Amino acid sequence: MIRFVSETAIDVRGLRKSYANFEAVRGIDFEVRRGEVFGLLGPNGAGKTTTVEILEGYRERTSGDVTVLGFDPGRRPRALRARVGIVLQSSGLYRHIRVREALAHFGSMYPHPRDVAEVIALVGLEGKEDATARTLSGGQLRRLDLALALIGDPELVFLDEPTTGFDPAARRTAWDTIRSLRDLGKTVLLTTHYLDEAQAIADRVAIIKDGRIAVEGVPSELGSNGRATRYRVAYRNGTGSMVERETEDPTTLLHELTGAALARGERLEGLTVNRPTLEDVYLELTAGETDEEAPPIDDEAPLAGRRQRRAR
Amino acid sequence: MTGTAVLAWRQYRLERRLFWRNPSAAFFNFLLPLLFLAFFGAAFHSDPKELRIIVPGIAAMAVMSTTFTALAFNMTFLREQGVLKRIRGTPIPGISYLLGIAGNAVTNTALQITIITIAGKVFFGTGWPRDWPELVVFVVFGVVCFASLGVAFSHAIPNFDSAPAYVNAVFLPVVAISGVFFDTKHSPAFMKGIAAALPLYHVIAGLSAAMVRGTTLSHNVSDLGVIAAWAVLGIVLAVRGFSWEQRRS
Repeated sequence: MIRFVSETAIDVRGLRKSYANFEAVRGIDFEVRRGEVFGLLGPNGAGKTTTVEILEGYRERTSGDVTVLGFDPGRRPRALRARVGIVLQSSGLYRHIRVREALAHFGSMYPHPRDVAEVIALVGLEGKEDATARTLSGGQLRRLDLALALIGDPELVFLDEPTTGFDPAARRTAWDTIRSLRDLGKTVLLTTHYLDEAQAIADRVAIIKDGRIAVEGVPSELGSNGRATRYRVAYRNGTGSMVERETEDPTTLLHELTGAALARGERLEGLTVNRPTLEDVYLELTAGETDEEAPPIDDEAPLAGRRQRRAR
Repeated sequence: MTGTAVLAWRQYRLERRLFWRNPSAAFFNFLLPLLFLAFFGAAFHSDPKELRIIVPGIAAMAVMSTTFTALAFNMTFLREQGVLKRIRGTPIPGISYLLGIAGNAVTNTALQITIITIAGKVFFGTGWPRDWPELVVFVVFGVVCFASLGVAFSHAIPNFDSAPAYVNAVFLPVVAISGVFFDTKHSPAFMKGIAAALPLYHVIAGLSAAMVRGTTLSHNVSDLGVIAAWAVLGIVLAVRGFSWEQRRS
């Protein structure tokens, strides 16, 4: 197989996935470029995990063209698995395995593993090297998941809700880790429920709704959503009450407001100008969605006990 | 990339280390058959005829518990906890991984048979096995049969919580009816009929021939046939129903 060194890490064209009585993915196109952090957002049951698991080689697609690092992931070639790291939404580990032991063992499956101590430090598990998995907290296990995805020094990392259950400090650390991956030239495909997470670390995002991509772009520019960007300008008027105005032309509006205020000898107390946030776009797009509408077939439906870990 | 055999060996080494680190697995897979042997040996120590039933019976039970029971539990655990799914995302070939797991179970079988054989000679006066090659043949057939049936049975277990109930619902009646603790000569005909249709009865017959009776393999070809038939069924079901992912029920 001839592969060209391409700027594209992941290419998805017309992807569809049907289950017996339900079409989870209904024609998705997107491209992830090498070296970028790409975020997939969307409510539960929208088709995020189905899409990612097709790219990871866990699921067969019903139709469409998918290329990951030049390979067809549906065939699960070993050469592809050796170049990809995966953090699944939930995956267990042997209860009695030690942190260092797990990393050394999984690392030995890859052609060019990273140094175990270095990866332990990268995810902040120093001091836990000899702890067994069953004694780790939920957040520590999640960091071990991330470490296990990075131990093979992958070019492309799939992160399916990597920071769920983290405290705020651990989330910041994880974000720094993900940014450091980008600095190393790695490609990251991230799914997340957290909009601040996408805004903080993703170069580009796509919002999936009902198995289709509703909108795609740079997080800070997504607010335009195909229309002119509507800025929100807020200030306190002369009588002390807050006024909020929307405009597509903040320069003119601000000029009017500040000119009028200066003429009256007033100050515009509490003046703020906001671009629409990712959250605004997200909430607008997904309005009316509830988790209960997600069909039970979908992979994001809660599974009894899926995060539990037990002895065998 | 690293060879399939090397990766299988590494997986096997890991499984062995983890096996001894898990006290409950070590107890149920390892100590329990030996405790049975000690109890029944003590109870029948003055009755050589009974000991000639018990020693090969316990040996056959050990073959079943170290393979069928252990693999049905382990595969359910590994599947339901998502370990199999994690493994599937790494470059290790599936066959290397499964060989590592099966090798772990077979090692336990070999250790148990060795201990029971030595105990038969040293404590119970049943002497060394009369026919070593026959012993090896029946242990190997039994291992392949019960290991594949154990993996196949794990497909029927919906979650790890119910695994003990499912496994014991099969293991205990089969052990009871097949004559681990008594001579099936005295069983009523319908029980004998059921037992003869199941593989454990024939593993007991073969091990009894090899360890105490000294009848040659040619007398036990039909036993090997039944075990092989179950092994084929087990392998087909183990492969066909195999799932790397959690059940969604």
